Amino acid sequence: MTETHRRTIRFKLNGRPAIAEIATHETLVEVLQRDFNLFGARESCGQGLCGCCTALVNGIAVSGCLYLAAFVDGAEVMTVEGLASGNDLHPIQQSFVANCAFQCGFCTPGFILMTKELLDRHPHPTTDEIRHYLSGNLCRCAAYPDIVRAVEAVSGQESDRSIDHP
Amino acid sequence: MAARYSESAAKVVEPPSKIKRKAPGSGQVKRSVRRLESKAKVDGSAEYIYNLSLPGMLYGKIARSSIPHGKILSIDATAALAVEGVHAVITGEDIRRLIPDPYYGPAFHDQPILALDKVRYAGEPVAVVLAADPHVAEEAADLIAVEYDPLEPVFDEVAAAKADAPIIHDTLKPAATFPDLKYLRGRSGTNVALSARVRRGDLEKGFEGSDHIFEHTFRNGKVSHAPLEPFVTLAEMNGPDGLTIHTASQSPSFVRSEVSRLLGWPENRVRVRTAFLGGGFGGKLYIKLEALVAACTLLVRKPVRIALTMEEQFYTITKHGATVRLKTGVKKDGRIVAREVETWWNGGAYADIGPRVAQKSGLTSAGPYDIENIAIDSHAIYTNEPPAGALRGFGVSQVVWAYESQADIIARALKIDPLEFRRRNILREGRPHATGMLMTDVDIDAILDRLAQRMEWDRPFDHGSETIRRGRGIAIGIKACVAPTTSVAMVNIYGDGSCGICCSTVDMGQGSDTAMAQIAAEILGISAEAIRVIHPDTDVTPYDMATLGSRSTYHMGNAVRHAAEDARAQLLRIAATALQTDIDELECQDGAVMTRSGGRMTFREVMVARFAMQAGNIIGVGSFIPPYEKPDHDTGQSRQITPFWMLGGAGAEIEVDTETGRIRVTKLVNVGDAGSAINPDIVERQLIGAGTMQFGFTIFEEMIINEGQVVNASFADYKIPGMLDLPHDLTGELVEVPHRHGPFGAKGIGETGMFCVSPAIGNALYDAIEVRVMEMPLTPERVLRALRQAQDRPLTND
Repeated sequence: MTETHRRTIRFKLNGRPAIAEIATHETLVEVLQRDFNLFGARESCGQGLCGCCTALVNGIAVSGCLYLAAFVDGAEVMTVEGLASGNDLHPIQQSFVANCAFQCGFCTPGFILMTKELLDRHPHPTTDEIRHYLSGNLCRCAAYPDIVRAVEAVSGQESDRSIDHP
Repeated sequence: MAARYSESAAKVVEPPSKIKRKAPGSGQVKRSVRRLESKAKVDGSAEYIYNLSLPGMLYGKIARSSIPHGKILSIDATAALAVEGVHAVITGEDIRRLIPDPYYGPAFHDQPILALDKVRYAGEPVAVVLAADPHVAEEAADLIAVEYDPLEPVFDEVAAAKADAPIIHDTLKPAATFPDLKYLRGRSGTNVALSARVRRGDLEKGFEGSDHIFEHTFRNGKVSHAPLEPFVTLAEMNGPDGLTIHTASQSPSFVRSEVSRLLGWPENRVRVRTAFLGGGFGGKLYIKLEALVAACTLLVRKPVRIALTMEEQFYTITKHGATVRLKTGVKKDGRIVAREVETWWNGGAYADIGPRVAQKSGLTSAGPYDIENIAIDSHAIYTNEPPAGALRGFGVSQVVWAYESQADIIARALKIDPLEFRRRNILREGRPHATGMLMTDVDIDAILDRLAQRMEWDRPFDHGSETIRRGRGIAIGIKACVAPTTSVAMVNIYGDGSCGICCSTVDMGQGSDTAMAQIAAEILGISAEAIRVIHPDTDVTPYDMATLGSRSTYHMGNAVRHAAEDARAQLLRIAATALQTDIDELECQDGAVMTRSGGRMTFREVMVARFAMQAGNIIGVGSFIPPYEKPDHDTGQSRQITPFWMLGGAGAEIEVDTETGRIRVTKLVNVGDAGSAINPDIVERQLIGAGTMQFGFTIFEEMIINEGQVVNASFADYKIPGMLDLPHDLTGELVEVPHRHGPFGAKGIGETGMFCVSPAIGNALYDAIEVRVMEMPLTPERVLRALRQAQDRPLTND
């Protein structure tokens, strides 16, 4: 790093104002972990191909291992840690629990956030749409059938969900 | 507390009192409890070692060998050290000054912490750069210049076993932990780390008495474990003379003993702890980064963290490639009377657990069949490729690919239905296995029945037409659970009556925390959800051999059961005194000790009765080591080769596009014998998860290694199964044959779903297009080439 450019970014993180001093080459995942102690977005493949590092930036899922932290200046960032309301899990999280949609759990936050983006855009996806939408997220334990069931179950409750979480 | 299962079995069988009561049952086992850590895994708070950083920590980045075999002439770190922010560059010689004999490994002490004198594979760690900023360390690692004098490499396992092959290790250095490898010590001039044998009956006579003899050679390529949590290890000083290692490891107890051995320290100065693992699959076993990070920490006296990238995983450990030659003699009626199996395991440059893979999978490589005359030879071979180790099945899926593909060939040649052919040959209860051990608590007929039912085997099958052809196939497989291994557990009742389990089984997604809690809960009469399972920490949790080989439910499950029985006995003794009643009058139920006349003392009240206030501990201890008889060196014969047999079967329906060679699996049924499942839902998911992993290994996963260089070491070039690849009809099916000594009848099943998927798909491929592909994976290219060969119009470059 012969020459490191640094800057200050201000953004909203899980609904609260946030500020960070970053190097311009640093990724969103690095900054979330180092400066905010948030580990729900995790680097695995390092190439944006597995989905473990998924975070929502202005409601859009990004690969946090490639997405530069500098780009979230002024944006709203949501991680899996921001989904629950206090002790109450978000309905998507509840559905993942109810359908045992994980084993080791390392990829799970990525699947949950991708599901959030899916249901925000398409409240009633078909099973094929669910499979396609989540096809960029990988699960080496292969909890896929349970993940699909979890998403199907929660998308059925869409009307309830929007009341609970406007 | 060296409780043997025979003692505890007696305890379980005999009811605690003369009066007939329903068997002790709290309804905690055989119940699909949700994973205890469910909430933590969906809200982002689950603890992984990946999450850990330590104050003042340095990041390490590894510089790796660029050639597969060569002498190291020089390592020049000048440019790396000149990068601003670099704290240190560590080489093998630095480590040799700290640790005079810095070679490690579970079977052979052959792997240097960093390369010394020579490199044996491309990707081998040569130096480490330490810096407070990981980007600085990475940049500097690229600047380390190493000069090599290249040596001739060897990559193919069969070629490497030949007498004139280039020699990779000057002398063999078996670890003292395995007395049966002692005879190999100091042997030189060979790449054969070990040859295991099984001999039964008279092979030649068997072949002479055969009506038909079939001989084939099958191959498996190398694949990667690719757990999504990176391999990651941190170490820090623990006082002036101690070390704490935080590591994503499946074998914390082994890490402690091996690092202690390397340092010449007593084990009590090395603390190893782990957390949830983001997948392991056999990759995170034994020593991976731990010795390196420990050595770096001791050299710089600062905390050090090394995490591998996905690319580096491919250079660290792989599944074994294997060549299996199979010669089988059968009678006209389809009875197998003689079988000869020879397997060459491509172990790569360092043995890791390869010799054990060769030995253990060798001994079941004749299959789940009742054959009078058997000869098995299984060779662990060094090559100049990345090291191979355990991968969910310990070599079994490689040999099942061979013997179940051949079973299909034989059945078709004799015009016997493949399912019927297996029925005529399977090992049944009480019959001797190839090793001489009698089969117990098995029911392969039930597995075949379930396959027949789920595959609707008796119904006509549509084989497709034109360019889309359809086929179906089945396979069965056997594994002997690894032996002998030890597990120790503690069950701790705290002052308020709540309960914690201390055990070193690592929950890497298989659900062991939940299963252990269910077992203790069943004994103590409390709810599994109320128990806390303390994660492995060698300062806190007792010894366990490792989380591998589907051994935890059986071994640690029994240790936890003993520990809970010990704690319960202590609770009942105290309560009997307090209540002035006979201990036989008492039982544990709903978090309390109950008398038959309706008296009740909560666990908290028992603790107060013992310690005069809410204080103290009741600690139950249990240990378990199953009986084992070492196999005879020359014949592999043993009366007790394994604590339990693992059996599975798979069925596949596929479509093949004859224009592209692409296989689409439309249905995949995986049947496994779990004994009496502790948690049926989790077990079914293990079968589906393993089946999907092996499906990837069968259809597209393959490490492409060109002249020793892994050329597809990333998810961009190496594909693992995703949501769109899955068969739409994908099921895991339990067959429950209770095991007499398993905890509540349970057997291990984490690997069973791997065994049979590949030959089931390969056999379905033949059923579809009458083409037999002998080498995995069944990529479109390989299928199309084989099809065009069979049609006598080979592709141009064949």
